[in-house]
Amino acid sequence: MNGQAVEFPKQALLTRLALSDSGFVFDPVTGNSFTVNTSGLSILRLLQKTEDWTDIIATLQADFEVSYSVAERDVLEFATALRSAFK
Amino acid sequence: MSRVITVAITGMNALPESPGPGLAVARCLREQYGDRVRIIGLGYDALDPGLYLSAFCDASHLIAYPLHGSDVLLERLSLIHQADPIDVLIPCLDAELPLMVLLAPRLAAIGIRTFLPTAEQLTRRAKDQLPELCELAEVHCPELRALTHPSFFHTCHSEGWEYPMVVKGVFYDAKVVYNAEEATTAFYKVAAEWGLPVLAQRFVAGEEYNLTAVGDGAGKLLGEVMMKKRALTSKGKAWAGISTLDENLSAAAGRLVAALNWRGPLEVEVMRDAQGEYHLIEINPRFPAWIYLSQGVGRNLPALLLELALGHPAPEFPPAVAGTFFVRYALETIVPLSTFENLMMAGTLDFEKQEGGRETREGMHPRPLLGKR
Repeated sequence: MNGQAVEFPKQALLTRLALSDSGFVFDPVTGNSFTVNTSGLSILRLLQKTEDWTDIIATLQADFEVSYSVAERDVLEFATALRSAFK
Repeated sequence: MSRVITVAITGMNALPESPGPGLAVARCLREQYGDRVRIIGLGYDALDPGLYLSAFCDASHLIAYPLHGSDVLLERLSLIHQADPIDVLIPCLDAELPLMVLLAPRLAAIGIRTFLPTAEQLTRRAKDQLPELCELAEVHCPELRALTHPSFFHTCHSEGWEYPMVVKGVFYDAKVVYNAEEATTAFYKVAAEWGLPVLAQRFVAGEEYNLTAVGDGAGKLLGEVMMKKRALTSKGKAWAGISTLDENLSAAAGRLVAALNWRGPLEVEVMRDAQGEYHLIEINPRFPAWIYLSQGVGRNLPALLLELALGHPAPEFPPAVAGTFFVRYALETIVPLSTFENLMMAGTLDFEKQEGGRETREGMHPRPLLGKR
């Protein structure tokens, strides 16, 4: 992570999202919906509980049996996608 | 309701690009009350589709266009009322509202109830009055300029206005324009159709949201239902939409209704900017064409309006819910020639007496107004 903090949309915004096991995500305030894959869904679920990205990466590593660097890359990419979706 | 109530509803036009709300209002009442409500469809044209849909209307009548004046309209409504007594009238079109408000006391005198705003309330929510109302209600509102000449579009930069902006008619129509030429063309088109003044409104970038509710006439907002359009017709009307839930929008609508003491149905149209702030675009003094969504989320607003018009207390609704999706479709109904002839020549249809009778109402069972769904 090179000491950089990962920037996610505000947690209040992420907490209000309705997440379905199918990967369908609905924002009840804006009425917008989008789809995410399995790892995206996992990250969103984690983000609804914590803002600590190191916890999120560690959980992803364990759940998906991937290396730290792969989990870190996924989180960074997903953070960019989320910021774009909620700008 | 212990006896059959007869409700007359206007706005039975249903062109897919821009449908009137009347048919959706009738559908809400039919699904709520079943055969305990007798519905009379009122239309201005023999080709208004709702007039032929016997699943929702028990009878249909043509009425005079508002431009013929209040006396002509009252005479026609009185004639219909004599043959088929009306308990409650629900007007559903913007252009007829001023006339209906004017006629409300005379309608009440012959036994036709309404639940409408006063003439003053109607004026205060007119498009050109919105900045004043918004200041009172502490709601954001894009600056408006009432124009009688298009020269403004060539000099507007010197007054701090920029393109794009929105050119609007006082009653209907809105076009986003990107330069003085487009604005001038839009000005003349709107003026030809809806008269002067034409309104110029600053453009607000964001997403459109709509809220419908009923004002109780004492400052209270009842039964609000919010919606985000997910697919549009060529006229910008909702072809698909989804219910949303935002306390900030609900609160803003509540302040507008309180500032007006609004009585009757309304639709609040707003833009939500990137910061999540709502900017009022307009307030329509009637139910929207997507009002069936209110039944879909368990808050049947036409039924609530009917109860209020009858002098009953407002029913209590379940909490609003987000995520109820709707999508429209267009379909044909087959009409015997004699039925079309009757409406064309006599201006009246009674489906009990028509060839082919009524369509089935199977599945349209009356529901308890307060029941959980």
